[in-house]
Amino acid sequence: MIQHLPILQVIIPLLAAPICFILKEARLVRWFVLIANAMAFVISIMLLQQVNLHGTLVYSLGGWEAPIGIEYRIDELNAYLLILVTSISTITLMAAGKSLTKEIPESKITYFYIAYMLCLTGLLGIVATGDAFNVFVFLEISSLASYTMIAMGNDRRSLWASYQYLIMGTIGATFILIGIGLMYMMTGTLNLYDLAERLPEVEHTKTVFTAFAFFLVGVCLKLALFPLHLWLPNAYAYAPSIATVFLAATATKVAIYVLLRFIFSVYGFEFSFTHLPLTEILVSLGLLGVIAASIVAIYQTNVKRLFAYSSVSQIGYMILGIGVGTKTGLTATMLHLFNHALMKSAIFLALAGVVYRVGSVNIKAFAGLGRQMPWTMAAIVVGGLSLIGVPLTVGFVSKWYLVLALLESNMWPVAVLVLVGSLLAIAYIWRIVEVAYFKPALQNNQAYKEAPLAILIPAWIFVIANIYFGIDTSFTAGVSEKTAELLFGGVR
Amino acid sequence: MAFLAITALSLAFTKDLFASVMLTGIYSLLSAAFFVLMDAVDVAFTEAAVGAGISTILMVTTLTMTGRYENRKLHHPVIALSVVVVTGVMLVIGTMDMPAFGSDMAPAQVHVGPYYIMQSGEDIDIPNVVTSVLASYRGFDTFGEVVVVFTAVIGVLALLEFSRKDNQVGERPAPMFQHKILRIVSKILIPPIMLFALYVQFHGEYGPGGGFQAGVIFASSIILYAMLFGIEQTRKAVSMPVVKILAALGVLIYGSVGIVSMLNGGNYLNYSVLAENDITGQHVGIIIIELGVGITVATAMILIFLTFARRIGKTNSNSSTKEGTA
Repeated sequence: MIQHLPILQVIIPLLAAPICFILKEARLVRWFVLIANAMAFVISIMLLQQVNLHGTLVYSLGGWEAPIGIEYRIDELNAYLLILVTSISTITLMAAGKSLTKEIPESKITYFYIAYMLCLTGLLGIVATGDAFNVFVFLEISSLASYTMIAMGNDRRSLWASYQYLIMGTIGATFILIGIGLMYMMTGTLNLYDLAERLPEVEHTKTVFTAFAFFLVGVCLKLALFPLHLWLPNAYAYAPSIATVFLAATATKVAIYVLLRFIFSVYGFEFSFTHLPLTEILVSLGLLGVIAASIVAIYQTNVKRLFAYSSVSQIGYMILGIGVGTKTGLTATMLHLFNHALMKSAIFLALAGVVYRVGSVNIKAFAGLGRQMPWTMAAIVVGGLSLIGVPLTVGFVSKWYLVLALLESNMWPVAVLVLVGSLLAIAYIWRIVEVAYFKPALQNNQAYKEAPLAILIPAWIFVIANIYFGIDTSFTAGVSEKTAELLFGGVR
Repeated sequence: MAFLAITALSLAFTKDLFASVMLTGIYSLLSAAFFVLMDAVDVAFTEAAVGAGISTILMVTTLTMTGRYENRKLHHPVIALSVVVVTGVMLVIGTMDMPAFGSDMAPAQVHVGPYYIMQSGEDIDIPNVVTSVLASYRGFDTFGEVVVVFTAVIGVLALLEFSRKDNQVGERPAPMFQHKILRIVSKILIPPIMLFALYVQFHGEYGPGGGFQAGVIFASSIILYAMLFGIEQTRKAVSMPVVKILAALGVLIYGSVGIVSMLNGGNYLNYSVLAENDITGQHVGIIIIELGVGITVATAMILIFLTFARRIGKTNSNSSTKEGTA
């Protein structure tokens, strides 16, 4: 069975979804989904082991060798992301049982789990595949499933948010499809590695440039790069909490993975950074994102929305790292990708706890929560410190690498602005801390109890990971450096 | 092509949503004709069945819920227009270096394309190369597409399905109860449509067609029935729980073919290991997965239409609850 691991990774959650549809009973489905997720997690760990032992794994679907058929190709980068996605989705699911009962009508819970599984399938499929059109197909699966999850939020506005995301997401997907179509037209192949070999021949045609541009814009819409982020704040704010945790921690990360794959592995560093002013574009947009989104975040009254804007700014940091175009920069991006997933999972899960007890995430409702729900608020505070980049948290590690990369390439003004971004983060985190710890509880409120353990434990798993990987950076930094090297070495 | 452009333009300017739905239908039909000219018969078939058929029906259904005319615009879509213009210009720039239309030296014609055309006879031995690419060479993509359809069903059901409690909408007479001719003609028509669907389903290897088209055609016969005889009547004839299970089953059939080939020692979705002989294996595999596709697509369309249409009864009976179309 070992040689089938790459496909099992995607197939298990995929087949679990229709089985859930037949099972129907929400409690049964819950356990089933959890088991399927845990299996996917175990497989992803085994995959990384295999990759470390044997190097890149290639799996031809249908027995047809690429480029005739579709192949799955797992190298260190994919394996790393697969672990990230499956681990977060598994831990998040542990909290789902409690959190969903408060936020979604009982008859819909099964559908939510199915959509969740389908979304996971889509994300894993995008990461594992080595075929451009296959990326698009699985992108559609994950997007459709995430529109569904978002629209299931109990706030009426979630429908509008989902609709906004649907329109923007569809435009993005269409752009990606146009890009892939043009690439196929110029090379006659859809396999990523075959593309990488055949693109240099037609490198100077305008069609290839257009293909690249369309693809880039499409993916940037998906990963919510400023100013294409408009769908994200509402989508995160009004979705059910569990969906927010899952999407915030994984969906944008997978989009960044796609971006990296195409910029570095398919088109190659040469094309992306010397023929095109990619450094200027990415660095300026990344910076704008960091500053603008942080400032907007300060003025939010809905805490979920506040952290959604903070996500937009954190994505800015990752894009900055790519834009620098050096190995250190890329290491910073990879690190931040992992670290940001940890921070946001911790924070949004803790917020799920707040929603469970308090029923609101308006900043006013947080008054006095610091004493009433100490563990939940502590999770948010640690996550917040990590967002700011305080030493001993993961946020510090990735910021450190980013600033280092910027200084290496003599972009010290940018480095200064990155630090300003951190200051802005202090501002929006402080607002929450102030209300939660220094304001007395509202008079008419009954005392809220601590969030249920089912939510608190997963949240604290992430919090501890935040601190652990902040102190012991050997695993994350090691893998990030390796993958950065891999991307720079190119597959060529 | 000229017709396409004219239709698209009038589509952009019309304020009557009903007219614009009809125009999109015409647009699809025209592009289907265009695809036939390009020798892409399978694509044309799909476009005609899905674009001109099913999606038009679904949009009309939506319109009965929302109302016919657009609201007056509150803002000038300057940004949207400029984005569209930039995109258009980019596309035109992109076309400048494209290989000439119909050139046999185009990269798409000299790399994997010829392999499919030359080898498909030997590898799979069915006359329709499109089917062999869809179902075997790139079978996993097709599986993905089926899952996309399934996901869409989940989305629609999750958002629009009623729980058991508010089911008491009350029986309304079928909308076209009084049209005797229509009812009789359609009663005669429905069986041949279903038969044709089955023909398309199992003839996909030899001519244009396959699971997707067959599924849509089959579903359209049920939808025709529902339009003429009422939703409740249809729900009596077609049991919803069964349809739901079938929708999931289609995906599972497709997926389990892959699992079986894995157990037989091949890679996922490698049909050659399904039987003694490679080619028989391929045939068996393709027929089974096409069946899976057909089942899921047909049931998906039926489910989506029925949930949409039930919504009409709901909004008409208590028009105070206005539901956005998701």
